[in-house]
Amino acid sequence: MKSSVIVFPGSNCDRDIAVALEKMQFKNQMVWHKETNLPKSDLIVIPGGFSYGDYLRSGAIAGKSLIIEEVIKAANSGCLILGICNGFQILTETGLLKGTLLRNENLKFINKDINIKVTNNNTKFTNKYKSNQILKINIAHNEGNFFTDQEYLEELKKENLIAFQYCSEKGDVNKSSNPNGSLENIAGIYNKNKNILGMMPHPERMIDELVSNKDGINLFSSLLN
Amino acid sequence: MKLILVRQFQLNLKKNKLKFSVTVTLKKDVLDPQGKVVQNTLVNMGMNNLKSIRQGKHFEIDVDEKDVSTAEKKVDEMCKKLLANLIIENYKINKI
Repeated sequence: MKSSVIVFPGSNCDRDIAVALEKMQFKNQMVWHKETNLPKSDLIVIPGGFSYGDYLRSGAIAGKSLIIEEVIKAANSGCLILGICNGFQILTETGLLKGTLLRNENLKFINKDINIKVTNNNTKFTNKYKSNQILKINIAHNEGNFFTDQEYLEELKKENLIAFQYCSEKGDVNKSSNPNGSLENIAGIYNKNKNILGMMPHPERMIDELVSNKDGINLFSSLLN
Repeated sequence: MKLILVRQFQLNLKKNKLKFSVTVTLKKDVLDPQGKVVQNTLVNMGMNNLKSIRQGKHFEIDVDEKDVSTAEKKVDEMCKKLLANLIIENYKINKI
């Protein structure tokens, strides 16, 4: 499976995701944001970081970069797109995913390992996880507070487009297990066709027992499935 | 000759320049934690009659255009396409 990782000035998880993809036997290429040609890919990853220093709004400037036009074209023709952290913010700014990510409710940058629940395991990205499986995954963000209007929130629920939700160790999705104020504890969502996933947690940081755990591995093996 | 051309260009620039200010603020029902913190601090400083504060962004934009309504349309497009995120923000354009 061929993958491309888009690199912006200020991306800082681009190499981590490349290591994860290569470990999982993806044939990966790094693509600079000024490129206008996207190599043929089955998966495009928009990595975490602080693209363009998060100027204006996080993801706003990257969302208008040259390569993004190609990413949008690929997305519309069915290519798999994964946006992690700042990548999720960029995807909402491009319009590929609806909604937006506000500043964390407590106004703090949160960097810690939290629990999330696999709310929908019937997708290209999550088929190797069990339904409602609880994962321990790192989050590291200042703007992860998912927000949208009531109408779209209902659509997300009805169409099973919520990918992951913040939860307690036992799997309870409630206010006390919500780190950033996200609506419905949302940690990740799909587009309608479920070929685009945006998520705040970092699966690429959870692929090695020596460093953390292996809870992120199944996301990549699902893609290969 | 070159100097005259440069001077003329500068004059033209001045003639064609229209100035706008754009204010971007969070919509009413969107929580503004930064505004809230500023508000709490001011209240703590003794400004008790303070009712509410919303924090926003301010842009000053020069447009190279003679016609005001065309220029305004351009600024409006800038707001819609980049300066504001219409899901959570409103914007106001003022000619200055």
